[in-house]
Amino acid sequence: MSTGFFNELWISKMMIFRGIYMCVFVSFTAIVIGTILGMFVGLALTYGNMFTRFLARFYVDVIRGVPVLVLILTIYFVLPVIKINFTALQAGITSLAIFSSAQIAEMLRGGLQNIPKGQTEAAKAVGLGFFQTFVFVSLPQALRQVLPTWVNTAVETVKGSTLVSLIGVVELTLVMQQIIGRNFLTMQFYAMAGLIYFLICFSIERGGKYVEKKVAIK
Amino acid sequence: MDYYIDYSVVWRSLGTLFHALGIDLYMTLFSVALGSLIGLVVAFALVSERKIFRILSSTYVAVIRNVPLLIIVLFIYFGLPDAGFVFSEIPSFIFALTIYAGAYVAEVFRGGILAIPKGVGEAGMAIGMSNLQIIVFIKIPILIRSTMPALSSTYISLFKDASVAAIISVPELTFHIRKINLETFRTIEAWSTATVFYVVACFLIAFLLRRVERRVAIPK
Repeated sequence: MSTGFFNELWISKMMIFRGIYMCVFVSFTAIVIGTILGMFVGLALTYGNMFTRFLARFYVDVIRGVPVLVLILTIYFVLPVIKINFTALQAGITSLAIFSSAQIAEMLRGGLQNIPKGQTEAAKAVGLGFFQTFVFVSLPQALRQVLPTWVNTAVETVKGSTLVSLIGVVELTLVMQQIIGRNFLTMQFYAMAGLIYFLICFSIERGGKYVEKKVAIK
Repeated sequence: MDYYIDYSVVWRSLGTLFHALGIDLYMTLFSVALGSLIGLVVAFALVSERKIFRILSSTYVAVIRNVPLLIIVLFIYFGLPDAGFVFSEIPSFIFALTIYAGAYVAEVFRGGILAIPKGVGEAGMAIGMSNLQIIVFIKIPILIRSTMPALSSTYISLFKDASVAAIISVPELTFHIRKINLETFRTIEAWSTATVFYVVACFLIAFLLRRVERRVAIPK
């Protein structure tokens, strides 16, 4: 290799930036969709009747029993067969969203069920309805409780987003592989990838810790 | 075009699939065993009084927990040969998963160490045990018993992570399923089989670990 690592890094900076953007975009969209979906499933798990509870439990257990990679490949390959034409990007986001929704549903259920019974009873005593109790009493407490796990899920989703490179989404991992394919600086660029992912995940973790401290009950 | 369901392809390669699942289990078992040892040592370093131990161990845990497994695997399998360390697929994946497991297990154990009542260590000191003896004969047994539930969920997620080995073409379950998919286009059959295999395997592992948990649980 005649050219040095930093030279190669400089040449490929735009590709890397685009890769980072794609990685963040995929993870962020997946987390947002997954959180919304997971809220519904979590509610079904906690307050649903026997049938919805069973369905939600089945969904959560199956998704949590399958590796992210298998989930991604399954959705990418199976969707076209049942006549849903998603691009690789859409399929990747969908699978990561489904993955995170199961985690979020499970932790929300835990959070809601951990709330002391006295709280909901007190709410009932002051005349709040089910919906009001949920929004003003249960949810704020549950959210505070699940925040650390939620941040964890967000980090897991970012880490899972590396796997969508397998179905051809040009995010950071695939970008790095393309760069390595050109200059064969394998170790350096994978280390670079590791560093970038570390920075992304570490800042999510730190940000989560900060918010946790902000919203903690003193 | 109408898709009809035909499981015969999957049925024919069922033996291979079980063998592939065996490779998954084998790699997981290896990494979990080694990773737990690393995790145990690192956890004690994390709560050590020596600052240098704390810095080194917390760097290891923070770095590994925030870097995707795929990047670690690719780095070890494709990157390390540049530095003269050549491994074949399975050992290199076990190496990667071990390092990965070590950080997660360390984090679990760290929580466990902090939860051990102070009096236990002091009691050991009172009967004249050395620091090492206190750790080996008192703290580690308590630690393993009290953290078993958290450990088992870490182990299960490591088993699922073993599917990443497919990417460096270790002939494990995901790899074979993908092969069946690409060779025969029996997409739904292949991936539903993968789902069933993984869900059932996770369920069985969870069942076994729960029995272990119950056996080693500290009676209240």
